[in-house]
Parts: sequence; structure tokens; C-alpha cells
Amino acid sequence: MAGLISRGFLGRRRPPEVEKRLPPGQYLVTDFPVLSAGPTPHTPVDRWSFRIEGLVKSPVSWSWSEFQQLPTETVTVDISCVTKWTKLDTKWKGVTVDTLLKNVEVDPAGQYVMAFSDGGYTTNVPLNELTNGQGFVAYEFDDKPLAAEHGGPARLVVPHLYFWKSAKWIRGLRFMDRNLPGFWESLGYHIHGDPWKEERYSGD
Amino acid sequence: MAALEWQLGTVTTIQTETPKTKSFFLALPKWMGHRPGHHIDLRLTAPDGYRTQRSYSIASAPELTGQLELTVDLIPDGEVSPYLHDVVMQGDLLELRGPIGGYFVWDVSLGGPLLLVGGGSGVVPLMAMLRHRAAQHSTIPARLLYSVRTADDVIYRDELARLAGAGSGLDVLFTYTRQAPAGWTGYRRRIDAAMLNEVIKPFGLAAKTYVCGPTLLVESVANLLVGMGQPAERVRTERFGPTGS
Repeated sequence: MAGLISRGFLGRRRPPEVEKRLPPGQYLVTDFPVLSAGPTPHTPVDRWSFRIEGLVKSPVSWSWSEFQQLPTETVTVDISCVTKWTKLDTKWKGVTVDTLLKNVEVDPAGQYVMAFSDGGYTTNVPLNELTNGQGFVAYEFDDKPLAAEHGGPARLVVPHLYFWKSAKWIRGLRFMDRNLPGFWESLGYHIHGDPWKEERYSGD
Repeated sequence: MAALEWQLGTVTTIQTETPKTKSFFLALPKWMGHRPGHHIDLRLTAPDGYRTQRSYSIASAPELTGQLELTVDLIPDGEVSPYLHDVVMQGDLLELRGPIGGYFVWDVSLGGPLLLVGGGSGVVPLMAMLRHRAAQHSTIPARLLYSVRTADDVIYRDELARLAGAGSGLDVLFTYTRQAPAGWTGYRRRIDAAMLNEVIKPFGLAAKTYVCGPTLLVESVANLLVGMGQPAERVRTERFGPTGS
């Protein structure tokens, strides 16, 4: 379909230093849109836990207060939603997946991870895209506790993939030997979801 | 799964719905059909190759074959909606692909009763559901609670009145949050628990609910519905706009 010019469309250019940080087809936002398929769960932290299960030697679980004791990192990253918005320089505090995995022995076959959340949401990410600082479980955004509509008390953040991979209201990681699709991945969205390759939908 | 291919739609009709809302009818060479609630991605290309994309809900029912209706709110400082509103003319080509989204969809096979709650242009995907329901001659009980600022902001006013005619099984209830028309005796406030209780009463806990609109409305309505005992998995939402923070 190359060759179509939209008659009379000029577009809104951002400064080059911004434009180069926007993956193809994305536009810049300065607010923080909310996209969720259903109602926002409101899990009190005293009933919250985080669990690692599936293909691991023995599952491990943290209460909220135990999770707060884990070493944290603060990162500033750009995030891109498949609904086309990109937000630059978002600041998160949380626990890296690397740190979590120090507490568990993963079966060598467990190369794929299903993140699961309150409300039944799931999303799949290969293990090698969560380690080496690529994925973390965040509970602060912009130096404040993460609001429920943005995924609080804690959400996964995997900034190099479309943001549906950054599961809101996360409650754990399940290790799998196959790259099974999660919620949106079962509904026509891309199994991987790299914004720079524009992997929005199945077949992209 | 095969890739969703880009295709060129020809603008056949542009219809002014409200002072800030227009509907665009696009004839499509190879549309594969959709389900009510689906959206499309629209892609615009500038002469130098610069491109941008947006998602728009499909307003038309799948029964309207070979074409799609998109209803677009004008966001005055936006990049794409002012182009669609002020530049695009009948005969222009628009590049799009879809259908997209498999969750915020309803068709008669899913049954009812059907509770739709829309705010502003959030009514668009809900309209696709109601149009489909009518095209199927379905009498599945349905209610639309439609929140608008003023009477001028009501999209599809006449068609909604027709769809909700006697014997249709559809009730359309408006709430005017800024200014109600003269003589209005219905709701004139933001959607709250008391209003939702009244609207959902005939359906009880059996309702299949779809809520679409600005984030604040959707968050509030979805939370209230769950608080009233509606099972969360039967409350499907689509949000747009900022959080307000």
C-alpha cells in the first residue's frame, strides 16, 4: 500500500530528538491514558501477594510487606501503548525480575512466562525479555504509590514491549515451557509486541 | 493468523452529527466483516512520508456490508481529527486496517439483557451493537444510558429514537450533565450509584454490560457496577482520554 499520500495531510512534527523516540505509528502524549478491558480491581495490600510458580523447583510467594523489603530500582523509561500513544520519561520504582528470580530455581525448560493479575488478566513474555533489567514489578510511579487505574498496587513494566505486556494489578509469574498466548494475545494481538517492529496484531 | 492488511477506503458520505462530531462512510474494496464493538486503525501519510495512526470505533453494524461508518469527535488541538473534520472530502481515500479488538464486542449470539453505558462519543461502538441488534430483528432486552453535556452533544439522536420505538425492547435514557433541554424531567447529573441502580433494575445481576467513554466516567461506572454486585467479568470497558490527573 506504499504510495498513498493522504491528500492535504501535513501532520504534526515533533522536534527531531522527540520524533526519533516515537516508534512507527505512535504519537506523543503528556498525560497518562488508561486502557483496561474491565473494571479496575481494588486489592488491598494486606490481601495482596506475589507468587512465582509453574516450572520452578518450588513456588515462592511474598506478602506486600515482604515485597517491600526487596531491593528496588528506579528507572526512567519511554512507554508505548498499542492504541498508538507513547509517553516519554516515565519514572517507576520497583523490583526487577532478576531480583525476584534470585529467590527461585527455574526449571531449565521454563523459558516462557505468563504474568497473571487480579481480574484474570494474563500476558505472556519470554523469560529472556524479562531478565537483565528488562522487566520489573513496579509499585511507584512518579515517586507516588501506583494508582489503581494504572495498575496499582503493583504492575509489571516491560518498557521495550507494547504496554499491554506490562500487566496491571500483577499477582505473579508462571513459568511455562511454551509461549502460550495471554489475554490480548488470544484476541488477535501480537504474541511478541515490539513497538519498533510495529508488532501490533497477529501476523504483523 | 494472516496479517491485517491495509486497504484504501473511499469516503462516500460525510455526515455532521453534532457541532463537533462527524460521521465518515467509507466504501471498502475487501472488508472482511466485523463484530459490533470492533475498531479499526487509520493511517495518514504526509508527502514526505511522515505517518501517524489512530484507532476509531466502527459505528456501523456488520450488516452494512462493503462499507464502514466511523464517527469522529473533533479534538481541536489534535493531529488527526481536525484533518478528518476540516480537510477530508467526499471521494478522498483513507487508509485503514482491521477489524481489531475481540473483547469489547457484542452480538446477538451472546444474548442479553444488554446494558450499555456511554459517555459522549463513547456511544459509537455501542451504536454498532444497537444497529446490529435492530438489523437482526432481535428483541433482546437492551438499555442504553447515554451521558452527554447538552442536547447539542447527542450523537445519533433521531436514529436512537427510532431504534427505541414501541415493541423494540430497547430503552434509551439520557443524562445531561451540563444543561438539560427545556422541560426535561429525566436525569441531569453525572452517572451515580442511584442512577445506575434505577437503570439496571429491570435486568438485575444478569446484565451483560458495556461501558465506553472518557476514563473518569468509565472508571466510576465500572467501579459502581462491581460495588452493586455485578460480576466483573460481565462488565466490559473501553476508555479514552486522560485520567484527569
